[in-house]
Amino acid sequence: MLQPKSSSMSNPAAPVLPLIRPPLRDPAWTARLFWALAGLMVLWPMLVLTEFKPWVLWEPGSLKPALNFLAAFFPPRLDLEFLGMVARETWRTVAIATAGLTLALVLAIPLALMSVRVLSLSALTGQMAFVPSVARQGVRWLLMVLRSVPELVWALVFVRVVGLGPTSGVLAIALTYGGMLGKVYGDILESGDAHATNSLMRNGSGRLQAFFYGLLPQNAAELTSYTVYRWECAIRSSAVLGFVGAGGLGQQMDSSMKMFNGSEVATILMVFMALVWLADRVSAFLRKGLA
Amino acid sequence: MRPQHEGPSVSARAANEVYKLPPKLFDARCKACWFVAGVFALVVASFWSLDLRWAQFLSWDAFARMGRFLGELLRPELKAAFLGKVLAASLETLAMSALGTLLAVILGLALALSASKTHADDPARWRGPTRLVLNALRSTPELVWAALLLIAAGLGPFVGTLALGLHTAGVLGRLFAEAIENAPPGPAFALRTRGVGESRIFIYATLPQVLPQLMSYTLYRWENNIRAAAVLGVVGAGGLGQMLAFHMGLFQMGETSTVLIAMLVLVALVDALSYVVRGRLSR
Repeated sequence: MLQPKSSSMSNPAAPVLPLIRPPLRDPAWTARLFWALAGLMVLWPMLVLTEFKPWVLWEPGSLKPALNFLAAFFPPRLDLEFLGMVARETWRTVAIATAGLTLALVLAIPLALMSVRVLSLSALTGQMAFVPSVARQGVRWLLMVLRSVPELVWALVFVRVVGLGPTSGVLAIALTYGGMLGKVYGDILESGDAHATNSLMRNGSGRLQAFFYGLLPQNAAELTSYTVYRWECAIRSSAVLGFVGAGGLGQQMDSSMKMFNGSEVATILMVFMALVWLADRVSAFLRKGLA
Repeated sequence: MRPQHEGPSVSARAANEVYKLPPKLFDARCKACWFVAGVFALVVASFWSLDLRWAQFLSWDAFARMGRFLGELLRPELKAAFLGKVLAASLETLAMSALGTLLAVILGLALALSASKTHADDPARWRGPTRLVLNALRSTPELVWAALLLIAAGLGPFVGTLALGLHTAGVLGRLFAEAIENAPPGPAFALRTRGVGESRIFIYATLPQVLPQLMSYTLYRWENNIRAAAVLGVVGAGGLGQMLAFHMGLFQMGETSTVLIAMLVLVALVDALSYVVRGRLSR
């Protein structure tokens, strides 16, 4: 300890500052090692379960058909006959989404009105009566069941019952989206200020009148905006529903893919992306106008 | 879609309140009227152009078939061996969603780095092209990715995992890029003025700030992916969906019913869990 001091005393022109040596070893290395190993322990069974073998992609048996398929993407098929067919199917995709969403509204609006607590007459004077509260909870559960079955599963079921074609797509979208819209409409209507609605009902207006003059004007913009957003989602899912035979672009893509027709798949894929992009733009434009 | 009478701007200037007549119902400038008319035309055209065959769907025959179908669904297959298979498929679905999300985080972060302009002098040459790639990844649904990948990787959960990973990489990449661009620039600036390299700036200044946001996006997408993974199998990409399509194709309604119930339980569990976690986090 004394040695350096004496040396600095002998040479006052160069004072020695205590050097800060950063630790060369990572101070947290044990924790890092532990978490890395723990991560690997969790990852391993997942890799086994999902049969994660990326090298199969490079096996000649699967690489060759995949490359052939990809090579066939160019040039995409662009003759008039095929383009006309794709245009028809694109319209059908939009039509399935629109019709499905219309039916979903027919389902969702009454159910949402039935489930909204703000429109309860008995709740005006304190606790909601027993029967109405049970009925409202029942409607909520119904909405939950409707929306928790994915539309693809509904479509599979309806394809079995009514056969191939757009009807199953429309019904599938109607049921799932009816559940979603009903639930969210209920939430939106309950989230606002209930004062106007309550005053109307306290002064003797009917519940529908209170809804149309008190609750709806407050929330109309938000409800419309959510509906437009769901329409955009419905277009995306109606394009996919075709894969189980419910009509539209998806069905066309499925059949082209089964015939390994790369050029047709390329065209449909591009139209599909354009459609999704267009729906996104239109919905953003409309929602901006509503805000 | 703007309100037609410009209330606030006019009344702010006027000495006393200005009462304007509401716009005429069929005014050419009434944007809401055009909107409603457009929606109405779209709906009518949709129903008119689709060959919906309501008569067939609402016929007695269809009702009888539907009733028989539902009746068969009410008798789920509950043998222990089959339940074990369903459990394995559920685990497979969960593993697919988790691994797909992990792949998406890695790929999405890599793409987000080149898709973000972090400071004013950053040339960000790859920003445009990378965003194009992200859009392409994002606008192709998982199911379409799965159908495309089937050709290269064959049937099985691996395809589903890759499909989820690719689609989610597009979604997460865009969200990550936005988070990185919106991070407070102070710490990164402090390191940059001292000549620290870009990669270390990202690791020590930007990443710690945006990490909570990235985590919450990732968890949200994972939740979505569990739902997506359950149905992805109907094109042959493994998990519960593949079992559903298989048994439904063979008209084995008991088995179909069990798989459907497992799917609903899985989705309900995820919903409940995310509800609880969200409540915890927001409190």
